[in-house]
Amino acid sequence: MAEDNNNRRQGAPRGAQKVTPPPRQVVKRGASATGRRPAAKRASALRYDSDNPWQTAKTAFARLLVSPAATMMTIAVLAIALALPGVLYVGLKNIHQVSTSWQGDPRIALYLELSVDDSQAAELSRYLQQREDLAEVELISRKDGLEQFRSLSGFGDVISYLGYNPIPAVINIEPQRMSDDELIELQQQLELDPLVAEASLDMIWVQRLNSALEVTQRLTVMLGLLLGLAVLLVIGNTVRVSIESRRDEIVVAKLVGATDGWVRRPFLYTGAWYGILGGVCGWGLIQAALMLLDTPVQKLSGLYQNAFVLLGPDLIETSILIGTSLLLGLIGAWVAVSRYLRSIEPR
Amino acid sequence: MIQFDNVSKSYDTGHDALSNISFALNSGEMAFLTGHSGAGKSTLLKLIMLMERPTRGQVLVGEQNLATLDRSQIPYHRRRIGVVFQNHQLLFDRTVFDNVVLPLMICGFTARDAGRRARAALDKVGLLSKERVNPIALSTGEQQRVGIARAIVHKPQLLLADEPTGNLDPQLSEEIMRLFLEFNLHGTTVLIASHDMGLIQRMQVRTLSLRQGRLLSDGRR
Repeated sequence: MAEDNNNRRQGAPRGAQKVTPPPRQVVKRGASATGRRPAAKRASALRYDSDNPWQTAKTAFARLLVSPAATMMTIAVLAIALALPGVLYVGLKNIHQVSTSWQGDPRIALYLELSVDDSQAAELSRYLQQREDLAEVELISRKDGLEQFRSLSGFGDVISYLGYNPIPAVINIEPQRMSDDELIELQQQLELDPLVAEASLDMIWVQRLNSALEVTQRLTVMLGLLLGLAVLLVIGNTVRVSIESRRDEIVVAKLVGATDGWVRRPFLYTGAWYGILGGVCGWGLIQAALMLLDTPVQKLSGLYQNAFVLLGPDLIETSILIGTSLLLGLIGAWVAVSRYLRSIEPR
Repeated sequence: MIQFDNVSKSYDTGHDALSNISFALNSGEMAFLTGHSGAGKSTLLKLIMLMERPTRGQVLVGEQNLATLDRSQIPYHRRRIGVVFQNHQLLFDRTVFDNVVLPLMICGFTARDAGRRARAALDKVGLLSKERVNPIALSTGEQQRVGIARAIVHKPQLLLADEPTGNLDPQLSEEIMRLFLEFNLHGTTVLIASHDMGLIQRMQVRTLSLRQGRLLSDGRR
């Protein structure tokens, strides 16, 4: 009736087969069941799993440390799988941070013909100011434009060699809130004015950026789902290997009346530990990536005379990362143990 | 305590392990189950343990029809039974004490209570002095006695044993059998599968003989 698991280990020494029972020894009361003896403590911590959840968690952690190299490798795989979508997400978050400040109010710049003189430009500007659908109209005359160009670009000397002012008068317009289609209509309408050489709507490239971001966002979600599945499978498989190594124990425990829950519990803790450790290490990888990016990003934003702070994952996002990882660990372990328990069910 | 009503068990391979077995074992009774290897002894014990389910017929243990127990109730059914396995099924990654205490930890005893009961069981089989030894360092007879201690540690109503003296010499076999008799005297129902006819005849208890899956004689006295 017994399974044949122990047959291969039957080679126990027969030794002295004394019939008379060995003399009784005085045993200290209540000592070893709780593992209070210092010498036996570490060993018995690996023996059975008590009802105390914290004790079970510690036992499961101690089991991870039994093979530290294998455990580290598994955790590294989990961390990388979690950090990849994490880094992409943080990158998107930072690009959003920049692009929303640009996107805030779409503007139309009217570049007037060079032949238009200041009074004509001022008249057009006044006319535009009266329009209901425009919130703000600002005229930069050819002379002001030249001054701005001189002070900002540092090419002032080159301009003076030209002998004439190549800067057109510009009217900057901030329309009232309106839809993208209306904005484009407004831009086309303004461009029809004979005084206007070009009406440029600075929204178009923001739109392009936004759709590119949307594609990247979708990719991040897809990558996140795929790598989340990978985390689930890695933890499930690791727990399966751990089950295999405790096969005898599980078979015996089931035969003497262990419930599925009793067998499952230590492995759930194992899965949870892998999830938490993988999540924390994944977070560490994201932070490391941000630190490596920080210097070049500061340099870049310095060139744009822009104070830009690289954002990392905040508290909520960090909790979501580690929580998801923990959940995947639990699910992976649950599935692995349930599959095994079903395989030893009576038929 | 145990009742078999026209029980048959066939395997997918077409092999009929048991055919049309009917018998009853009363509470507090002791009986041997004999037959050559392959006669169906182990299968019969597995049906009682719910390690397998019958193809036809009914098995009742303690007036409980096992067919009505679902997967989640099997553990509680097994806790009423103590089993001594042929190859003792001890775990060699822990001490004798930890082997014996395992059923109690599973049943949810406190560590202190479990320790006390486990030592009492080890004392009963005369191995209290070996509680901190790894069972791999014990002789075969001692290993079998650890297996017995583990089977009785939670004071089961029913004790099953599958070839408990299989690897032992006659003197040790008698020792083990005397242990079983003692448990029976204390009211435990005992069913022992064995093919050691000489030993069985000396013991003078009820004997159920199986041959090729059929019950030859009930041997009720």
